[in-house]
Amino acid sequence: MPTENAQGELLKVTFTHPMPYDWSIGLYGSRFFQEIKENRRFIGIRCHGCGLVYVPPRRVCGPCFTELTELVPLSDTGVITAFSVVNYPFIDPNTGAQRPIPYTYGYIRLDGADNIFSHIINETDLNRIRVGMKVRAVFRETEKMEGNIQDIRHFQIIG
Amino acid sequence: MARRVAVVGTGQTYHKSHRPDVTSREMIHEAVTAALADAELTIREIDAIVIGNMDHFESINYVDTYSVEGSGGVMKPIMKVSTGGTTGATVAIAAYYHVASGLFDRVLAIGFEKNSESDTTGAIITCSDPVWDRFSYSGAIPSLATEATAYMEKYGATQEDAALIGERDRNHAMNNPYAHLRRPFTVADIMNSPMLAYPIKLGDICPRSDGACACILAADGVAQKIAPKPAWFKAAAVRHTYTWFGDSTDYNKGLVSMQRASKDAYAQAGITSPVDEIDVAELYLPYTWAGLKWIEDLGFCGPGEAPKFVAEKNTHMGGKLPVNPSGGVISTNCIGATALLRVAEAAIQVMGKGGARQVPDVRNALATGFGGCFWTDVVILSSEKP
Repeated sequence: MPTENAQGELLKVTFTHPMPYDWSIGLYGSRFFQEIKENRRFIGIRCHGCGLVYVPPRRVCGPCFTELTELVPLSDTGVITAFSVVNYPFIDPNTGAQRPIPYTYGYIRLDGADNIFSHIINETDLNRIRVGMKVRAVFRETEKMEGNIQDIRHFQIIG
Repeated sequence: MARRVAVVGTGQTYHKSHRPDVTSREMIHEAVTAALADAELTIREIDAIVIGNMDHFESINYVDTYSVEGSGGVMKPIMKVSTGGTTGATVAIAAYYHVASGLFDRVLAIGFEKNSESDTTGAIITCSDPVWDRFSYSGAIPSLATEATAYMEKYGATQEDAALIGERDRNHAMNNPYAHLRRPFTVADIMNSPMLAYPIKLGDICPRSDGACACILAADGVAQKIAPKPAWFKAAAVRHTYTWFGDSTDYNKGLVSMQRASKDAYAQAGITSPVDEIDVAELYLPYTWAGLKWIEDLGFCGPGEAPKFVAEKNTHMGGKLPVNPSGGVISTNCIGATALLRVAEAAIQVMGKGGARQVPDVRNALATGFGGCFWTDVVILSSEKP
């Protein structure tokens, strides 16, 4: 029996099926989204060890390794600390479809928080966006909110 | 007191964007065979193996068992270590711990990736937090781009300043027969390449490569019998900040994980002036701005000074502190192997086996790994046993 494998016949197998997952958001993360729905503002959480206010709120301060309990109401505004306008096409593993481009990926220091929040900024013109600009969150209509990060549509520049 | 440990052999595959002729385990076998040949050892003489690649990437879990005949790990102690982009350096450091502990004399460290078998951007997106970050995150490029915008804003650096890093590394790759991208590339070529995510253009960012790398580490007393010039571990440091991007990206502070890891490594190695005491650096620079910003975090020059330091050719071949004689990550990027390649290339420099890419008279060589969410590993290898 011949065992030669003619070159040029290098085959591959393909897998294309969706694989669903469920992720727990946790106690304070759930409160974060409920606060958006009820009061259209953010909440953070303060560490009694180092005094930092984190957003989104979480149960443990990493550097102090202590449990956090003091939720802190924040507003819906912040400042751009860094950004990038995404121009290249790619398949979004969240949806299995191409994510709409261009869009602006932004890091925002929410007023009253010490760490940085990542989201989308609705300005893709490089002449109209700069580090240091003030932004405000634009939320979904309350009845359409689902308790996830997309309840925040995007941030918009307010000056 | 831990035992002294040295790299005594390295091996790597050639690198391409697509290797349909091999499976991952066959590609791993090529690198392991090359490392064993370099050290003039057989697989029977290897006591333990540490292996790693990027979780999720090829949808092959348990790569330690999946790859076992390629790695030579049948019925040997073998462990998988995976820490994101830093994986390769972490694999090397875990192997170092194995030997330093006194439990194993000769340990094989392996990193690999077949980027052609996965959607790299999609896979990287799945490394970000599913609740908070995954919706807006779009892979490595834009998160790095945010660092670049913050750096340009703070210090007035230009896109041309960054492009010089790409020109340097791509030209260095011309000297490396194993590099993936080997053709001359200029600042103008980079400036004229398509904008992917402002300010990162196609020429500013690393490619996706298929490839594997292996290093053999041996204990004091054993290493000298294997290699005429072992590359001794003087330092190994690992620092991880948070996994959420918002907790790791305060650019006023700089790349904190790299500052802390390098500070720790310099203390371990007794280095007080890195730019004077380190002879060559193989840095995990996935994009051009990293070649500016991160050499400041490593203390090669002061904050905001990198554009001038690089423009004065201090980091080119022949300069005060050559960076990436291999061509670096901008020329070759098989992600799970990429940081191990930095360690291997640093070892090659110490052992004097660099051929056309050799820096003369290397005593101390520094290697870094970068990945995850702005995480850092640092390794310092030396011709002097510490």
